[in-house]
Amino acid sequence: MQINENNKEFKPLIVAFCCNWCSYAGADLAGSSRLSYPANVKVIRVPCSCRVNPMFILRAFQRGADGVIIAGCHPGDCHYTSGNYFARRRMTLLFSMLDYMGIEKGRTRVEWISAAEGAKFSATMNEFVETIHNLGPNKKLEDLRCKE
Amino acid sequence: MQKIGVFVCWCGSNIAGTVDVERVAQAVANEPGVVISTDYQYMCSEAGQLKIRQAIKEYGLTGIVVCSCSPRMHEATFRKTAQAAGLNPYMVEIANIREQCSWIHKDKDEGTEKAIILAKAAIAKLHLNTPLKAGESAVTKRALVIGGGIAGIQTALDIADAGYEVDIVEKSPTIGGKMAQLDKTFPTLDCAACILTPKMVDASAHEKINLFTYSEVEGVSGFVGNFKVKIRKKARHVKADLCTGCGVCTEKCPSRKAPNEFNQGLNKRGAIYIPFAQAIPNVPVIDTEYCVKMKTGKCGLCATVCPSKAIDFEQQDEIVEREYGAIVAATGYKLINLDNFEEFGYAQNKDVITSLELERLMNAAGPTKGTLLRPSDNEHPHEIVFIQCVGSRDVSGCGKPYCSKICCMYTAKHAMMIRDKYPDTKVHVFYIDVRTPGKNFDEFYRRAVEEYGVDYIKGMVGKVVEKDGKLLVQGSDLIANEQIKIEADLVVLATAIEPDPSVKNLATMLTASIDTNNFLTEAHAKLRPVESPTAGVFLSGVCQGPKDVPETVAQASAAAAKVIGLLAKDKLTCNPCVANSNELLCNGCSQCANVCPYGAIEYINKEVNDHGKREVRRIALVNEAVCQGCGACTVTCPSGAMDLKGFTTRQIMAEVDAICK
Ligand SMILES: Cc1cc2nc3c(=O)[nH]c(=O)nc-3n(C[C@H](O)[C@H](O)[C@H](O)COP(=O)(O)OP(=O)(O)OC[C@H]3O[C@@H](n4cnc5c(N)ncnc54)[C@H](O)[C@@H]3O)c2cc1C
Ligand code: SF4
Ligand code: SF4
Repeated sequence: MQINENNKEFKPLIVAFCCNWCSYAGADLAGSSRLSYPANVKVIRVPCSCRVNPMFILRAFQRGADGVIIAGCHPGDCHYTSGNYFARRRMTLLFSMLDYMGIEKGRTRVEWISAAEGAKFSATMNEFVETIHNLGPNKKLEDLRCKE
Repeated sequence: MQKIGVFVCWCGSNIAGTVDVERVAQAVANEPGVVISTDYQYMCSEAGQLKIRQAIKEYGLTGIVVCSCSPRMHEATFRKTAQAAGLNPYMVEIANIREQCSWIHKDKDEGTEKAIILAKAAIAKLHLNTPLKAGESAVTKRALVIGGGIAGIQTALDIADAGYEVDIVEKSPTIGGKMAQLDKTFPTLDCAACILTPKMVDASAHEKINLFTYSEVEGVSGFVGNFKVKIRKKARHVKADLCTGCGVCTEKCPSRKAPNEFNQGLNKRGAIYIPFAQAIPNVPVIDTEYCVKMKTGKCGLCATVCPSKAIDFEQQDEIVEREYGAIVAATGYKLINLDNFEEFGYAQNKDVITSLELERLMNAAGPTKGTLLRPSDNEHPHEIVFIQCVGSRDVSGCGKPYCSKICCMYTAKHAMMIRDKYPDTKVHVFYIDVRTPGKNFDEFYRRAVEEYGVDYIKGMVGKVVEKDGKLLVQGSDLIANEQIKIEADLVVLATAIEPDPSVKNLATMLTASIDTNNFLTEAHAKLRPVESPTAGVFLSGVCQGPKDVPETVAQASAAAAKVIGLLAKDKLTCNPCVANSNELLCNGCSQCANVCPYGAIEYINKEVNDHGKREVRRIALVNEAVCQGCGACTVTCPSGAMDLKGFTTRQIMAEVDAICK
């Protein structure tokens, strides 16, 4: 991992929304293949990437997440045929709005990870953590009033 | 407040090796609602499950969190455990501290910290769980097959043989489809009629199969297990119950101008006709466009000659409503229109024909009684050029981007049959690639080249022009790297196939989806190839993608197996994690129905009681038997009315909060 010296102490918090059929299974495969990635990544299981409401992402950033990633089935492979296309369209809009608000594009990501791609899951998470590390803590949207 | 039990599993050393399980159990013991928090070596073992069951009873738990392996592994196990102790199975949450924690994090402190957070997230979610009950719906034990080609016939026979009733709706006057038009079939060269017509007879004679020929589906409502279908039986103008199929009418009919569809328009037929000798049912149809009586009021010769008084010029279309548990689409294909391919001169030259026309010209029951004669002058052709991929693998936009899959094989068949019967005839084939993957297929093609001396030329044809009664074919030979000209007597175009055009309308009725080429799409390209994404709707034959007969039949039987599996059930249990809309929040905007891939949402007018105010509102209603629980609608709903049971907005938010603390 190439880590920016200034952020050495920083432990980014990353929320990963994974669809039940592909990416969550991909994460399981990363586990059973012992392909490690940092413990900063916490997975939330959703039935489909299209279940991810923009509110969930806003909430995560408000509560102090430093990066949010949504992982779904590859285009054409969605368990529900078209859910990942909805996710892609919605997130494209949301991410550019977040960027405008000061949540850099690097902090948000959509990835297609199949149930067979344990290696991709692990590689993606390693790389994402590294990116967030270099971006530093999310200050812009973190709302301290949300914190207890 | 829930009473929650937390059970942390060691999974031997799989979890306990890198996660301090005791610390996890202690760390969450004081979370709100947690009344017991404990750990054990193997939670999924009988002893572990017993521990859970005892705790549920002893502490009167309302929900449990198991911190263990992936829910994909043991969620079902622990749901059963809970149920056995009298708890609703959906009051169980799993924190995945093995695959997504202990197995990937080497540092014990880090792993333990993460496990604690995952456990807390599961507890937070569980606080918002409600008992869910899987719904049930009955199954109508009858199947509908739309399309009576070889695909539809095979599917219907298999379902009927398993003891269930099947209706076949076929839009043309007879079942049989394209296979009935073929002469011989690759790779074994057995005659199509000899293998198809017995199956047609079986279908019509089967006590469980009911044929609706010359009929179309007009409307479909309902859902898996409970479809209601409107079928239009078009008027034949012949009473099927009186007609004996003697055929006198078809001989005597004076109108002889209608193109004979069965012979691909190569000759004419009467206004009253039976498509071909072995048609099923063997009952004629009056083509009202060409019938003199229907047009001018004069004639009626058929009615005069009919010995059984079966002709009925007044007959009207009839609408039949039937109920089905499952529907199979088997609507097949047609050849594409060749208007975009002027360079081959199909419209100008009678001797430029499609491969399907060639099938008819070689068929003993065809317009030339099986002697190969060219259409313009009925002479025997001595030099024939086949052009492959006409409109297939065409990214220019004139044709279709896909490979039609069957043409390489049927052209090898045609070439071989011609060389066999007329050894003096030269046969050239222009091809881009020869694609013959299939059992005994490449051997078949090699036989055409090696044994029958068919001249395969890798290259494209630029133009076909008429010259002194011959067809001048100008093309390129890519291997010899030269331009070539062939003076041919007959040019045969291996024309691309496309789905029957009716499929678009049908897909809308069935809420089945079609791809950019109008082929019906399967629920999963690899794992569910014969199911449509809509529960209870299945796919058979070329309507799903190009196929030859062996593949069509294999898919047809696979679709039948799926239907039989469905009809064998008396009740369908539905996934309880489905969407539901809050009637007080819903504003009836229809956005949710627009994104639902399954057509699970409809709108009803319902009287609601909004804080004492009673009024009738248009609100969304989710059909729980149809909803698959993807959640697309929940995010689309602008008023926040739509939610997904088991993955509610509040539950997911609670997880986010717990993780981001
Ligand atoms: C020139 C040529 C040669 C061929 N040679 C061979 C060969 O040698 N060997 C081989 O294995 N394969 C061959 N094939 C392929 C073969 O024809 C197909 O694999 C087979 O016919 C597919 O059967 P199907 O039932 O899916 O479709 P179809 O045969 O097209 O049957 C579909 C049926 O559905 C009906 N229908 C359509 N829409 C509706 C609707 N909306 N409502 C009600 N009914 C409807 C149609 O009228 C038709 O009867 C050849 C194809 C061509 C073009
Ligand atoms: S003449 Fe009458 S009985 Fe004979 S085929 Fe025609 S309609 Fe049927
Ligand atoms: S959850 Fe998916 S399947 Fe169910 S109603 Fe909503 S969009 Fe349709």
